[in-house]
Amino acid sequence: MTEFNELSRQFQISDLKEQRADLHFFHASKEHAVAVLTSLKEKYGYTHLVFFTVVDHLEKNEFHLTYMLHNYEKHHDMGVVVKIARENVQMESIHHLWPAAATYQQEIREMYGVEFPGSPGLYENFALEGWEDIPPMRRDFDTKEYSDKTYYPRPGRESHDPREYMKENLYPGEAETW
Amino acid sequence: MSDNMNDMDQIQLFNDQGRLLNAGLPDEEKALFCDAAPQVDAPYRGIWEKFLNWARSESLWILGFGTGCGAIELRPLMTSRYDMYQYGVQPRPTPRQAGLFIIGGYASVKTMKRIVRSYEQMQGPKFVLGLGSCTVNGGMYWDSYNTINRLDHYIPVDVYIAGCMPRPEALLAGINELKKLIKEGKGENANKYAENFEWYKRNQKKIIKDWNMPDYNW
Repeated sequence: MTEFNELSRQFQISDLKEQRADLHFFHASKEHAVAVLTSLKEKYGYTHLVFFTVVDHLEKNEFHLTYMLHNYEKHHDMGVVVKIARENVQMESIHHLWPAAATYQQEIREMYGVEFPGSPGLYENFALEGWEDIPPMRRDFDTKEYSDKTYYPRPGRESHDPREYMKENLYPGEAETW
Repeated sequence: MSDNMNDMDQIQLFNDQGRLLNAGLPDEEKALFCDAAPQVDAPYRGIWEKFLNWARSESLWILGFGTGCGAIELRPLMTSRYDMYQYGVQPRPTPRQAGLFIIGGYASVKTMKRIVRSYEQMQGPKFVLGLGSCTVNGGMYWDSYNTINRLDHYIPVDVYIAGCMPRPEALLAGINELKKLIKEGKGENANKYAENFEWYKRNQKKIIKDWNMPDYNW
């Protein structure tokens, strides 16, 4: 695909994958990601930021940031995946390219703890208010354990094995013959 | 449980004079809000209280605050098929005018803050109807990091309606059950809230970390 080939001469990008005829993904290095996005927007017509999200790959100790762009003229989607390590995780902000990205970054900061220095309103509350634990969408956050210690779980009902229960309570005289 | 108790003991509610601290408010706003805890409003006795209870039960006004997905059940309840007006039930726009608070399903911590504030602003005697499994034990959100499991730890609940979602018929059955309770003189949960104010408040403050409102807003 021409965009990928041209960009790969200039930037560290790899692993082009065709998901559908109108949807491609490729990986970009952390240092070059914003430059790649800028080129895609300014030069190749990918003017729409469809979404920006994070996937937590705990086993690989990585976050995968995914920028999904759309080209209105070619009706084509391009996903740019950026792998970053899970410790002290920080990424360049893209709010100068799409102002709406600041909201995505605010949410990602709150839910995954990824920092975007310079992004407006980064530390304002998004969905949570006064959250003190580790970010809740990280996979090493144990939501069951947190819920148990915070929200007074209601003890479940007592349950019986129906066969044993009937033996003991309904037909005690005939229990020997079962 | 002992951990919980330690957590709760650390939350200080009253000062030396027994007034509420209102610690979450900025200093310039503290004078704007009352610092008195709610008081028990003892019911009258005999036939007068029976008359009042009859009147209360026949004019239940709902607070129009849909706190979760269950609020969708209130719309068919209003319209001609189920017609809740025939039972003396009608929606009101503000907590000051309402006597019945229907918690429609799951309550996240963020919503819980608004629920507490709205509940306290309602005038007594006031009643709470927990609609859906989520208010009973958390329902399908029982292990969520952000939704409460048991509503009755935060505000007193008169009637629970189980189901996910209960249909409007179930809601009408719950309302009729509530009417029966009120007529029997058992709708005293506003007083229960005043009596156990500290317990409720500690539970609320345990989950609502950014408490930036008055401790009791009436």
